[in-house]
Amino acid sequence: MSLLPRVVLLIGLAVAVLSPARAQADTVDQAFSGLASSSYDKIEKAVETLAASGHPTAEMVLRALEGGNLFVREADKVIVYKTQDGKVLDGRTGAAITGDTADGLKPVRVNNRIRRAVTAALGSLTLLSPRPDARRAAAEAVFKGRDPTALPHLEAALAKEKVAGVRRVMEQARAATLLATDAPEAAKLAAIAVIAGRADLDARALLSSLGKDVPPAVAKAAAAAVAEIDGRLAVWNTAQSVYYGISLGSVLLLAAIGLAITFGVMGVINMAHGEMVMLGAYTTFVVQETIRNAAPGLFDYSLTIAVPLAFLVAAAVGILIERTVIRFLYGRPLETLLATWGLSLVLQQGVRTLFGPTNREVGTPAWMSGAFELGGLTLTYNRLTIIIFAAVVLALLMLITRFTPFGLRMRAVTQNRPMAASMGIRTPWLDSLTFGLGSGIAGIAGVALSQIDNVSPNLGQSYIIDSFMVVVFGGVGNLWGTLVAALTLGVANKLLEPFAGAVLGKIFILVFIILFIQKRPRGLFALKGRAAET
Amino acid sequence: MSKILRAFAMAVAVAGWSFSAPGAMAAETIKVGILHSLSGTMAISETTLKDVMLMLIDEQNKKGGLLGKKLEPVVVDPASNWPLFAEKARELISKQKVAAVFGCWTSVSRKSVLPVFEELNSLLFYPVQYEGEESQRNVFYTGAAPNQQAVPAVDYLMKEEGVKRWVLAGTDYVYPRTTNKILEAYLKSKGVAADDIMINYTPFGHADWQTIVASIKKFGSAGKKTAVVSTINGDANVPFYKELGNQGVKATDIPVVAFSVGEEELAGVDTKPLVGHLAAWNYFMSVDKPINKEFIKKWHAFIKNPKRVTNDPMEAHFIGFNMWIEAVKKAGTTDANAVIDSIVGVSVPNLSGGLSTMMPNHHITKPVLIGEVKADGQFNTVWETPGLVVGDEWSDYLPGSMDLIADWRAPMSCGNFNVKTGKCGGKGKGS
Repeated sequence: MSLLPRVVLLIGLAVAVLSPARAQADTVDQAFSGLASSSYDKIEKAVETLAASGHPTAEMVLRALEGGNLFVREADKVIVYKTQDGKVLDGRTGAAITGDTADGLKPVRVNNRIRRAVTAALGSLTLLSPRPDARRAAAEAVFKGRDPTALPHLEAALAKEKVAGVRRVMEQARAATLLATDAPEAAKLAAIAVIAGRADLDARALLSSLGKDVPPAVAKAAAAAVAEIDGRLAVWNTAQSVYYGISLGSVLLLAAIGLAITFGVMGVINMAHGEMVMLGAYTTFVVQETIRNAAPGLFDYSLTIAVPLAFLVAAAVGILIERTVIRFLYGRPLETLLATWGLSLVLQQGVRTLFGPTNREVGTPAWMSGAFELGGLTLTYNRLTIIIFAAVVLALLMLITRFTPFGLRMRAVTQNRPMAASMGIRTPWLDSLTFGLGSGIAGIAGVALSQIDNVSPNLGQSYIIDSFMVVVFGGVGNLWGTLVAALTLGVANKLLEPFAGAVLGKIFILVFIILFIQKRPRGLFALKGRAAET
Repeated sequence: MSKILRAFAMAVAVAGWSFSAPGAMAAETIKVGILHSLSGTMAISETTLKDVMLMLIDEQNKKGGLLGKKLEPVVVDPASNWPLFAEKARELISKQKVAAVFGCWTSVSRKSVLPVFEELNSLLFYPVQYEGEESQRNVFYTGAAPNQQAVPAVDYLMKEEGVKRWVLAGTDYVYPRTTNKILEAYLKSKGVAADDIMINYTPFGHADWQTIVASIKKFGSAGKKTAVVSTINGDANVPFYKELGNQGVKATDIPVVAFSVGEEELAGVDTKPLVGHLAAWNYFMSVDKPINKEFIKKWHAFIKNPKRVTNDPMEAHFIGFNMWIEAVKKAGTTDANAVIDSIVGVSVPNLSGGLSTMMPNHHITKPVLIGEVKADGQFNTVWETPGLVVGDEWSDYLPGSMDLIADWRAPMSCGNFNVKTGKCGGKGKGS
């Protein structure tokens, strides 16, 4: 605990001493016996009284409650808390408890309601924290808690606050708590104006919760503010849907891009493509497990490490499959379909036997958790990372096909296999490498998908249909087509979803693709010339 | 075409795996069928149930078996393929001559085997929470009916969290649709306006929750405390909770109470974003009772992995298996008709420290627990019903169902007796 809160507590204590000491002791007693109760009503009340009491250990007790370190000693109902270094302290006095304390300690009962009360209470206690982000969080907590007793704390904090951003949140919090008091009408109207300035969902929630028992002028102002916020949000909503669509599109792109190579370039209907994605996801799991056990400090880099490994694992399996099965089946699409379908079952069951049938835990590095606000848009870091990642993978792939010798040969074989062979290209090996490349990219996709989906043996299955849809819609053998198709399907899906629902939305998209393929069997961007004939 | 191919491929794959003991032993053993998917989508949930059955049978044999004979498990793999469930059930009953079958997870699989059990007059113990609206003579429902899970959960949110606005989110199939229908009727009976209920369905395995979470946030910004009641099935839950966490929806703002998320499902999940969200079950692994600790100890010893969790359907099999043992002892035979008569009223200990009883409607009595997810993937019980709740097969909140009762004792012996008309044979299959 840093110095400042201690000073604040001391001040609080001094204030407490000035007030009638006897009554103070009584309420604190009540609060502590309330914490030992099994009724959430009593515990919630105890939290509020304790926060308002200014009792010297109040903040420590509430922090302990928040962290699940507050206990009731069953024998005498004394409240104790454990510190981080394992010491057990008396909640009432802060004195260390010696002797055998581990037995008979029962955690103080906590549920969401208590957690809310604690956050709000701690909010008013940490408004003077030296860290601006802590002060901002505290002000947000007060904004949500709207506890009128926090008002003096807020005023005191506002008088000292220098950081403009934090100050704004504090003003909003003050406005929010003002609305919960019986302040004069003019003050309430001003408060509504301040809150309306936030123009977000929290402000909307607060303003629409005012209800009927406020003066008509206040109610009218609140309703007008809600309508204004709604109007502004409606515009942002469309932008948000488009962003969601791009995000979904990037996932589709990642899943389909490897298939665009194996199916598009080589003409192999690879039903085991989804399982390559799954292998990539399991590689991520293994990498993370190793890091957790060997070098926990590297966890934030686990995905970066997993990407090349996932590529290698999936590519190796891909090449193995091509060498042992697929190369005997070129030109026989039905047999390829059946064989790869069987392979996908084998791979699934193999992973199930090796890793167990249940989901495996793949953690999200800290830098990919959470979201930030951009205007009225909420952009989550994990989705944003995937969008960028998909773009990078696509760009790399295009560079490889366009500017490397391997890419040149690959294109040559695609366009005219016999001619390429007679020019000295070893087409069988090139097929293997191409298949390996497609599979490896699927493995990379698995790393990304492990961040948004379950890592289970069934992971691949859920993407195989979508992948084929994207490749067929985009036009076989064309990476640009795959990009456009993935984004189109993603955005269309997300724009439809709010109106049609997720189930119907998906059906509409399917029907659209069926109709589209009737009209243009070769997809959006059909390859022209000889390549199209083979 | 791919469907047929798939069924064929699975059938071939499965044929190799189902096994049975040498025929010579058949005379001295009582066979118990285990009908749980060991491959395919449902393997994630059902494999554990097969293991727990093997453990229970093993335990019983150590205690001297049943009626002086050893029990012999017969495991088949219906491979998450609904029609295959019926075929495998038929194989278990006609070919293997099992005395009882423990199995199924999804409602579809149960519905698919119902006619088989009826036709061949055998016993099925079904261990999973389900949508109700059914009572069949040959089936014993040891999982929760909606009134043993969904309705108390909603009560808790209403009372303890003061929830006024409800999002009913589910996967698009029979269990969520029926449960949500019951919940909607129940909420309306409690005075919740239609405007304050939002119902949303998503396809199986839905992975992109961005739009839906955003709309839940928006729905929750109407100034009334909002909660999500989730009947989202298994796998789709993880991306759902991840998206909630990423978009900053905390359990303290909009709590989610789930009916399909248990310890087993959480075992493969990064639980950080889930802490504080709720689940309603009849059992949690964290239940602090001696009988539960002993069960967990045995389970870890049997499965040889101290990290494996226990969950609600496992407890249901524990209860169902012991009920069957008691009923067979009472009847002195494994004959289906005799057991169906003797099992009603049988009471056995459940793992939460009480006794569960088989009721005449073939559902059992259970306590209802509401738990909050903890960071370690376990649940912290925040509330529980004061007594046991009797499973209500026909919901009291649905028109057409509220007049029906089931009682399989003579002389009524009917699964859908209409108390208004005084006749057996209301809606649904029941005779």
